[in-house]
Parts: sequence; C-alpha cells; structure tokens
Amino acid sequence: MAREATDNRPLSPHLQIYKPEYTSVLSITHRATGVALALGTLLLVWWLLAAAMGADAYATVQACLRSWFGRLLLFGWSWALFYHLANGIRHLFWDAGYGFELATAQKSGWAVVIAAAALTIVAWVVGLTARGG
Amino acid sequence: MAEFALPANSKIGVGKTHKARAPAKRVKTFRIYRWNPDDGANPRIDSYEVDLDGCGPMVLDALIKIKNEIDTTLTFRRSCREGICGSCAMNVDGTNTLACTKPIDDVSGDVKVYPLPHMKVVKDLVPDLTTAYAQLASIEPWLKTRTPAPPDRERLQSPEERKRLDGLWECILCFCCQTSCPSYWWNGERYLGPAVLLQAYRWIADSRDEYTGERLDALEDPFRLYRCHTIMNCTKTCPKGLNPAKAIAEIKKLMVVRR
Repeated sequence: MAREATDNRPLSPHLQIYKPEYTSVLSITHRATGVALALGTLLLVWWLLAAAMGADAYATVQACLRSWFGRLLLFGWSWALFYHLANGIRHLFWDAGYGFELATAQKSGWAVVIAAAALTIVAWVVGLTARGG
Repeated sequence: MAEFALPANSKIGVGKTHKARAPAKRVKTFRIYRWNPDDGANPRIDSYEVDLDGCGPMVLDALIKIKNEIDTTLTFRRSCREGICGSCAMNVDGTNTLACTKPIDDVSGDVKVYPLPHMKVVKDLVPDLTTAYAQLASIEPWLKTRTPAPPDRERLQSPEERKRLDGLWECILCFCCQTSCPSYWWNGERYLGPAVLLQAYRWIADSRDEYTGERLDALEDPFRLYRCHTIMNCTKTCPKGLNPAKAIAEIKKLMVVRR
C-alpha cells in the first residue's frame, strides 16, 4: 500500500515552468553552437573533397554555398563559431576561478553576445569587400 | 538520455478557482500546483484570489492565509518564516526561492507556485528530498580528523582560515540551487548537485579537517563532480546569496592542482 503510493508520485515540472535565465540561456546556446559547429565540419569536408576532385565538383559546391540559402547557413555557422569562441574564453576564466560573481557573470555574458555579433558582422563585411560581393 | 517531457502521470491539468469574497479591493491570484496522493488523479493548478489588504507581504503569508481561510487541504512545508530553516523552498514565478522571503509585490501578474523542479512530489508543494539527503550524507558533512583533539581546548583556526568558510557555512540546505540545475535534472541520481558540492567544499576548505585527499578522491568522478557545466542557475537562484558555482570551481581547481 505505502509502496504503491510512493511509486505513483508525479515528477514536478522543470523545463516547462523554470524561467529562462541569462545563465541557462547562454549555457544552452554554447552547447547548441558546439553541435552546429560539429555538423559544420561536414560541410567543410565536402568543400575540401570537391576542391580535390576537380573544377566541376568544386563549381557545384561553390554554387550551393553562394545561393541565398548557402549564405544563410554560412552566416549562421560563422556566428556559431564566434559565439562558441567567445563563450569558450568565458569558460576558461571560470575554470581558473574568476568571474563567478553574478554581476560579473552577467557582464561577461553580454560581452560574449556583443562580441559574437560584432565579429560575425566584421568577418562578413571584410570577406565580402575583399572579394567584391 | 534526458527525458525532457513530463511522464504521463505528471502532466498538469486545470483545477478549481476560488474567487475572492465581495469587498476585496487589492486582489492577487495565486496559481498553485496541487497533487493529492489519495485520489488517483493527475496534478492540477488551482487558482486562489487573495485580498492583499488582509495578507502579509510575503508569498508564504499568502499560502498560510489560503490554508487558514480558503482551502485547508493545501499542503506545504514551512517553519521559521524568516529564511533560516529552508523548509518553504519552492518555485515561485519561475525561479526557486524561499516563500517566506519572497515579497508578493516582486511578482507582476498572477503568482505561480510549484514544488521544487524535477522532484518526486509527496503532496502539493512538498517534494521528496530523500535522494538529496542521501547525497548529502555521502560526502560525510562533518569534521574528520586523524590527530587527537587537544585535551584542554578546541581545534583552533586563525581568522584567515575561518574566513575561508564564509559564503559556505551559511547554506541552509533548502535545495533551491540543487533543483534549479538542469544538469541535476537530467543526471540527479549520479551528479551530486550544487548544494551537496558546496557542502563538500565547505569541509575541504576547513583548515581543521584532515581528510581533504580522501574527500577529493570521492568526488573525482565524471558524474559526481564533473556534470557541473558552469550553467550558474544555482548561484542565480540561491535565496541566501551564496555561490555554489564558485565552490564547485574551487573543487575542480584543487583536482588539477594535486595532479
């Protein structure tokens, strides 16, 4: 009787009700960008393989990547790279024992978000300017 | 693999609404998680309209008022009503805190009240803390020594050595941090969690304790310690303003230093 009662206990809600905090949102974004970058390496492999296989194969890949959808993906991946890089540096400071005060963690979090956006824009402006659009 | 959705018996339905009585002017609605082990039904959310003009300032005051005046079946833990016993830890307005030190006025709109997240529910707002207490016992949270105590006095500490315990000894074991941690949600049976790891560090950092090496040995494990990914929900939610994330980082640093 007592055993049946405890076995039937519900699990209290968690993700469903917990407020997204900057702490958890930045953390899950770090993991998501990491996964995206791992998938992005497949694209890099495809591009390198095509380059090794010859002009026709390479032209196909270039056409895909230059389409609006290809550029959108590349833009997303470049942002993921810069976010993961910046937040990775934030993690290195934590691993050394620095930056755990909430005010500091909030500031470093904003710094990561701003740095990722700025580096992405700079990389694209420089890249597109260098090759003329 | 982590289970993100609630099991079938934990899905939450809509419950009853208890309207405020006529002359009430300053009405606040409390939407409270209810589950009764005796009726075989799923959990539900009951709504209670409370007249704040006849109510104390804290969320716990409202819960006690509801229990006294509207619905005596509402079940929750409480004792000291001043933030030192840790009994009334619960999820209020989306974050874990002590109902007794959480002002109602801090919440805009309806006040949503749930038990501590991702825990088995005993009844209503009462979570089953058996696992968390067993994890606490596993780190042996007491002074362990090899050398005999001085016969004529206590084991002394310098003011500097004592200072290292500040920010650690104040923990009241309410488990707000423990149950705010997504890593603990997904691996709560193997990861010790922020509250227990802060306690572990409290004894590692104690200059009088002579079992530091053994304590670190016991924590050197991919799950017990290293499921901490520095999410920092623990520090964000601690109602006592402590920093479990920093305590865990100090343990990780000691693991590297002793190599």
